[in-house]
Amino acid sequence: MGFGRMHRKEDARFIRGHGQYVDDVNLPGMLHGAVLRSPHAHARIVSVDTSAAEAHPKVKAVITGQTLEGLNLAWMPTLSHDVQAVLATDKVRFQGQEVAFVVADDHYAARDALELIDVEYEPLPPVVDARRALEPDAPVIRTDIDGKRDNHIFDWEAGDAARTDEVFARADVVSAQDMLYPRVHPAPMETCGAVAHLDPITGKLTVWTTTQAPHAHRTLYALVAGLPEHKIRVISPDIGGGFGNKVGIYPGYVCAVVGSIVTGKPVKWVEDRSENLMSTSFARDYHMHGEIAATSDGKILGVRVKVLADHGAFNGTAQPTKFPAGFFSVFTGSYDIEAAHCAVTGVYTNKAPGGVAYACSFRITEAVYLVERLVDVLAYDLGMDPAELRMRNLLRPEQFPYVSKTGWEYDSGDYPRALSQAMDIAGYAELREEQKRRAATGDGPLMGIGISFFTEAVGAGPRKHMDILGLGMADGAELRVHPTGKAVLRLSCQSQGQGHETTFAQIVAEELGISPDDIEVVHGDTDQTPFGLGTYGSRSTPVSGGATAVVARRVRERAKIVASAMLEVSPDDLEWEKGRWFVQGDPDSGKTIQEIALAAHSDLELPDGVEGHLDATCVYNPPNLTYPFGAYICVVDVDPETGQVKVRRFVAVDDCGVRINPMIVEGQVHGGLAEGIGMALMQVMAFDEDGNHLGGSFMDYLIPTAVECPSWELGETVTPSPHHPIGAKGIGESATVGSPAAVVNAVLDALKPYGVRHADMPLTPAAVWRASQNSPLRTDLAIT
Amino acid sequence: MKVSIEINGTTVSEEVEDRTLLVHFVREQAGLTATNIGCDTTSCGACTVLLDGESVKSCTVLAAQADGHSVTTLEGLHGDGGDLHPVQRAFREEHGLQCGFCTPGMIMASVSLLDHNPKPTRQEVRAGLEGNLCRCTGYHNIVNAVMNASGQEVQR
Repeated sequence: MGFGRMHRKEDARFIRGHGQYVDDVNLPGMLHGAVLRSPHAHARIVSVDTSAAEAHPKVKAVITGQTLEGLNLAWMPTLSHDVQAVLATDKVRFQGQEVAFVVADDHYAARDALELIDVEYEPLPPVVDARRALEPDAPVIRTDIDGKRDNHIFDWEAGDAARTDEVFARADVVSAQDMLYPRVHPAPMETCGAVAHLDPITGKLTVWTTTQAPHAHRTLYALVAGLPEHKIRVISPDIGGGFGNKVGIYPGYVCAVVGSIVTGKPVKWVEDRSENLMSTSFARDYHMHGEIAATSDGKILGVRVKVLADHGAFNGTAQPTKFPAGFFSVFTGSYDIEAAHCAVTGVYTNKAPGGVAYACSFRITEAVYLVERLVDVLAYDLGMDPAELRMRNLLRPEQFPYVSKTGWEYDSGDYPRALSQAMDIAGYAELREEQKRRAATGDGPLMGIGISFFTEAVGAGPRKHMDILGLGMADGAELRVHPTGKAVLRLSCQSQGQGHETTFAQIVAEELGISPDDIEVVHGDTDQTPFGLGTYGSRSTPVSGGATAVVARRVRERAKIVASAMLEVSPDDLEWEKGRWFVQGDPDSGKTIQEIALAAHSDLELPDGVEGHLDATCVYNPPNLTYPFGAYICVVDVDPETGQVKVRRFVAVDDCGVRINPMIVEGQVHGGLAEGIGMALMQVMAFDEDGNHLGGSFMDYLIPTAVECPSWELGETVTPSPHHPIGAKGIGESATVGSPAAVVNAVLDALKPYGVRHADMPLTPAAVWRASQNSPLRTDLAIT
Repeated sequence: MKVSIEINGTTVSEEVEDRTLLVHFVREQAGLTATNIGCDTTSCGACTVLLDGESVKSCTVLAAQADGHSVTTLEGLHGDGGDLHPVQRAFREEHGLQCGFCTPGMIMASVSLLDHNPKPTRQEVRAGLEGNLCRCTGYHNIVNAVMNASGQEVQR
């Protein structure tokens, strides 16, 4: 009972096909919507003729930007205090942008009717390459913003520039490297969608939708649509994966709502895969110039970074208000250094909005990739073993809590132990021997060994520093124990497969001694659950997990008072053992939580001020983030003739503090490692010079299959978070954050004989082959 | 046109357009929503069902082509008493699913795989499931689940 391996409660429905995802929602009279999208990256809209579509016998409504302007809904606020067009009115700003919305009897008819809409465009020159976005003659994308004369979004910096320059000036070695973290996409198996129903009688809007943050969506709908918040119910049913793709509100959702308002019927909108890839939140797209300073014997002194961030046509990036580049400033990683500085500039381009998604923990993927590549570049320049260089510079356990040079207070860590364990599992020394042997004989593929050691920062966050659109990042929890001793826990976070229904029951079970099977976890319905900001940034365990432990402890304290009334002793005389309060020194005289629950609902006389029943609420405002960490080692075989990379082994040692359910933690890590292989070796959303999206389907945007993934080899250490109620840290995104650098470092390690120090992801066979020919291919643009 | 398709032992007869995809027929006409749609290019396999016992991606079969044939979906896999098929049971035991969206297709593909190769090696399982994408599990536990279901020892 409580923590430990436990099969998942949610599996019972999923393995029988009884999950209920958005597209499974079927309401009486429900209509179907489809979005007409721009074929151009940048073009003025001259006219939109919908008459033929409206004449289609199955079409119930055609909504255009003009329709929405009448409702003041043509634009909506983004999570970054910018605005995004719901349906384009003046011009289109990326290929795949939403131009019109058709509502019809069925989705086949809705798609047919899209073909009947005649839009006249006047093409404009697009901005595709972020590096050219700020050139004086670059076309201005955001002509809708008053007085906007360029494509600049923000400048943001962290760390101490003067001190960093000083450290760099006296360093023996400075290694610099440009690197691109290319634009990729979270591509959850289930795309985004919504069923909206504005009940014309009650005036209540219900939206079933793929949202990772149902409460935030409710508040945003209230602000956007002007509906009173108590008349909005957002239901996030089972979600077929989120990975950050399902945090924000997309135009399709708003169109479904408007479609329901206009027709008086429920309207379903579910995008197809191409729409998902082309128009919903991308990830990464950071052009980074990194520098690392060190002594000649490999003591790292400082890191300096400049970033150009491509945010697409609207700044829709999801992150806390004060962090326009997310938590990128944790780029000093796991190392004890003297100074650091970063400067990030965000620009508009003619691409879809997004940026923060795909298990990035608010840009930590980029930060970790940067520093872990830089350390390898330094090792290359110094001729040092990358494991040795890391071991020499890792923070030591006694330095925690550690305040980084960019201001993050790492809670706890034992880094050398994790790295040693990973090296032991991998047999690091033997691997290097094997590599040498194979290089000497020249037989077979090249062998590469890559290391990544990362520190995550998850659990946003303390509301003093962190809010999204003014909503502080605290999360509520409510726990009720029923008279018969069964319980219901209500949460603001929203699982998309992470197993919350199981693990959060386990937290309550651990605290109260009620079986997890007797605890129902409710989430995803804003009418049923307390307010909170949802699940992303691996924040569920740090924030809602904290809230859950606190409510359970509050219930336990109430139970103590009830038990003292039952046993007619002072509460001070009672002692807790899992599942019961008993009289100190008299273990036979006690009451189980189930007995106490019944008594709490009975005619039992309770002390003044104690109202009875057994329940509690909590809003958990975390004092700090949690800082899980990990040591990853990847072994690859590279065929120099074809550039083909085979990931032979992958060792991952993760430390997320206390593990609530090790089975689920391992599954989270497995999934993240596969994502890392996808990003490192095969995924990119490339564009041609006209702004045409070149990765808009699973034919071009490649997802690793079972064949590309090895059997993962996992290890673990446990360094609890001292500030977290149960010592648990987040884990969900660690593997996605930590693994790409390990894979890339491994491939580049294999290519070392060719003098290759760096090549950008994805390291496709073509890219690897070209790198070995000393002509690396830029991967952000298909233009060579 | 009118099509009659035996789905999980029950014949469903409905008037459909010629272009209606089998996956939509199963989900909408037959009301069986286990079978999912994850892409538009026949890449992901979330829609995998058995057509006359062979696994097919139902997004790439017309309902008309299945006229007069039999289809098994995940809903039809377990017995009348609700007993789980060994593959269903193994997916839960081995934590071979997370969000559950690829699971119906993955289980159907695994059933078909074991039909053809009752004692596969781990590599054969990986190759056999290449047509089914999963974003959550990293496949490791899915391979374990299929090995478990085949009655072989699961070497982690």
